[in-house]
Amino acid sequence: MLQQNSSNTSPYNDDVVRYFALATVFWGVAGFLVGLLIALQMAFPALNFEPFLTFGRMRPLHTSAVIFAFGGNALFATSYYIVQRTCHARLFSDGLAKFTFWGYQSVILMAGLGYLFGVTQGKEYAEPEWYVDLWLTVVWVAYLVVFLGTVIKRKEPHIYVANWFFLAFIITVAVLHLGNGLSVPVSLLGTKSYTVMSGVQSAMIQWWYGHNAVGFFLTAGFLGMMYYFIPKRAERPVYSYRLSILHFWSLIFIYIWAGPHHLHYTALPDWAQTLGMTFSIMLWMPSWGGMINGMMTLSGAWHKLRQDPVLRFMIIALAFYGMSTFEGPLMSIKSVNSLSHYTDWTIGHVHSGALGWVGFITFGALYYMIPRLWGRKEVYSLKLVELHLWVATLGIVLYIVAMWIAGIMQGLMWRSYNEMGFLEYSFVETVMAMHPYYIIRALGGALYLGGALVMVYNFWRTIRGDVAAETRTQAVGAVA
Amino acid sequence: MSLMKKHTHLERNSILMLVCIIVVVLIGGIVEIIPLFRMETVIEPVKGMRPYTPLELAGQNIFIREGCNVCHSQQIRPLRDEVVRYGHYSLAAESMYDHPFLWGSKRTGPDLARVGGRYSDEWHVAHLKNPRDVVPESIMPTYSMLAKRAVKLDDMPAHLKTLRIVGVPYTDDMVEEAYNDGMAQARADSPNIDGLKARYGDKVNARDFDGNPNLTSEMDALVAYLQVLGTMVDFSDYEPAAGAK
Repeated sequence: MLQQNSSNTSPYNDDVVRYFALATVFWGVAGFLVGLLIALQMAFPALNFEPFLTFGRMRPLHTSAVIFAFGGNALFATSYYIVQRTCHARLFSDGLAKFTFWGYQSVILMAGLGYLFGVTQGKEYAEPEWYVDLWLTVVWVAYLVVFLGTVIKRKEPHIYVANWFFLAFIITVAVLHLGNGLSVPVSLLGTKSYTVMSGVQSAMIQWWYGHNAVGFFLTAGFLGMMYYFIPKRAERPVYSYRLSILHFWSLIFIYIWAGPHHLHYTALPDWAQTLGMTFSIMLWMPSWGGMINGMMTLSGAWHKLRQDPVLRFMIIALAFYGMSTFEGPLMSIKSVNSLSHYTDWTIGHVHSGALGWVGFITFGALYYMIPRLWGRKEVYSLKLVELHLWVATLGIVLYIVAMWIAGIMQGLMWRSYNEMGFLEYSFVETVMAMHPYYIIRALGGALYLGGALVMVYNFWRTIRGDVAAETRTQAVGAVA
Repeated sequence: MSLMKKHTHLERNSILMLVCIIVVVLIGGIVEIIPLFRMETVIEPVKGMRPYTPLELAGQNIFIREGCNVCHSQQIRPLRDEVVRYGHYSLAAESMYDHPFLWGSKRTGPDLARVGGRYSDEWHVAHLKNPRDVVPESIMPTYSMLAKRAVKLDDMPAHLKTLRIVGVPYTDDMVEEAYNDGMAQARADSPNIDGLKARYGDKVNARDFDGNPNLTSEMDALVAYLQVLGTMVDFSDYEPAAGAK
C-alpha cells in the first residue's frame, strides 16, 4: 500500500513521509498501551511481572515510546512533508531520507529492548546506553543533512517560519544529546557505561537536557507543525509575521535556561535555582505569544471550527498548550514547587502537555496529511474524527484532574502535622490515598488509547480508499 | 521597524540562521553550567565521603538497572517535614561519586537518601522479595529473583577503572582487589575483610546481607548499597557555610 501513486501527483518524496506517518500511528498506539499498563500497575501492583515487566523497567519504555517513537516519527513525517512543500523542492537525498527512517526505527528498538533487559543509564528521557547514543548521533546528523539540504536547495527566496522551528529543534536536540550523553563505556563489548559527570554537575546537565527535550523536541518541533497545518486547514495566513519572529527567538533563547526548576531546594547552588525559576516564569510570554499567533490565525474563519473536527483537534491542542505553559511557570515558582515536586501533580502537568498539545496537534496533522499522502480527498469518516476528539478529550480531563487531586493531596499530606507537632501521616498512608485517583487516571488513559484505535480504523479505511456516506455529502475544506 | 526588516537576511540565508540559532541556545546553558565546575563553591568539604566498595557499586548498578530511581528519590530538601521524615537534608558532597546522580524526580515510594541503617538486613530482604509481606499497602513490584541470582563481580576491576577515568579516586590497590573485596564484603567471616577495611575504612558494613551463605547474590549487593546510603558523612562536626540556610 506504500508504493501506490508515489509519482503520479507529486514532485516530492512522499514515500518516506508515508513510512514515518504509519510509524507514528503504530508507535503511538504502542506507547499509549504501555502507559495504560503502567498506570494499572500503580493501582494494582500484582500486574508487575519480574524481571522484565516491572514498573521500573516499563516506565522508561512508556516515556521513550511516546516521546521519541510517537513524537519523533511525527516530527520526521511532518518536517519532511512541510519542508518540501514550503521550499518547493524535493528532499535533499532520497537514500539518506530512507536511511533516517530505518536508522531511527532501529534506535527505538535497540533502546526499548534494552530497557526491558535492564540496560539503562538511569537518566530520565536519556536512558539509552552509549552504543544507542552513538547510533542515534549518526542518524541525527543524516536528518540534519536531509532537512538543511532541502532548505538550501529551496526555490522560495524566504525560509518559511515552520522550518525555523524544525531547524532549531534538530540542531538543539543534537547539542543536548551530545552534552548529556558523554559517558565512558566499561567495555567496548558490554552495554554498561558511566556518565562523565557526577552529582551536582550531572544533575544540572541532565535537566538542561531534560527540560529542553520538552522545549525543543516536544515544543519547537510541534510548533513547526502548528505554523503549517493550522494556516493550511483554516485557509488563512498566519496571524502575525512579527509575532512569529518574536515568538521564535524569544522561545528558543529563554527555554534553555529553565532546566534548574527541576532541582529546586536540592544541593544545586541557589543562584542556579533562582535563574531557572526566573526564566521559567518569563517563558510564559513567548509560549502564549505562540498560542495567540496560532489561534488568531482563525480570524475570519472561526465558523470552520464548527464544521471541521480536524481543525478542532489543532485548536484544542493549542488550548492545552496554553494551559500547560501557564501551569509550568506556576510550578516553577519555588514555594509552589516545594509542594508539587516529587508528586503526581508533575505527572498530570506533563500529560496535559503530552496528551493535549503534542498528541492533539499530531492527530490533527495526521488527519490532514494521511488522506493527501495516499491521494484521497479527505479522511474516511469525519464523524469518527469527531468521536476520537471527544473520547480523547474526556480521557485527558479525567487524567489531569485525577493527578491534580492526587498530587496536591499527597504534597499536603506529606507536610501535615498533628496537634502534638508530629508528622500526621506515614508515607504508606499517602500511597493508599492515591489508589482511587490511580484508577481514574488509568480510565482516562484507556479512553485516550480507545480514541487512538478509532483513528487507526479511520486511517485503515482511508488508505483502502473508502469514503463514509456522511463524508461524501459534507463539503469540508477541499484544500490543495 | 528596522529590526524586523533585518530579519529578512536570516530568512534568506539558512546557514546564517543555523549559526544564530546555535549561538542563542548556547548562552543559557553556558551561564548555568560552566560555573558549576568551580567545585569548591559548589560542593562543601565534609568528612567521611568515600567511593563505593565494589559490592555497593554492584548494588547501585542493580538499583539503576531495575529503575528504582524512577519511584525513589535520593535528595532530601531542607524543608521542615522532610528533615523530620528522612533526616538531615542532602549535601552536594553526598552524591559526588554517583555517575550519574540519582536524585530522582518522583516519590511514588519514600526518599532513600538516608535509608542506610534504618532497617535491618532481614527487613530489606523480605521487603525486596515481596514488599507486601512487610508493608501490606505497598504498591512496589516484587524483586524475589535478586536472591537467586549470583552477583557479577568478576568485571568489577574494569568498572572501578572506568570510574577512575571519570574522576572517582580509586587506587591501584582498590582496582586490583575489586573482585576479592566484593566477595569479602558479603560474608561475615572472610579472611579478606582486613584488606577491605584498610582500603575503604572501618565503617564498611561487611556481613552476609541476604542471610544465604551459599550464594553471593544480587540481593547481597543491593542491600549493601541501600545500607550505606546517607551514612558516609560525619555530621557531628558539620557546619553549614555562612549564609546557607
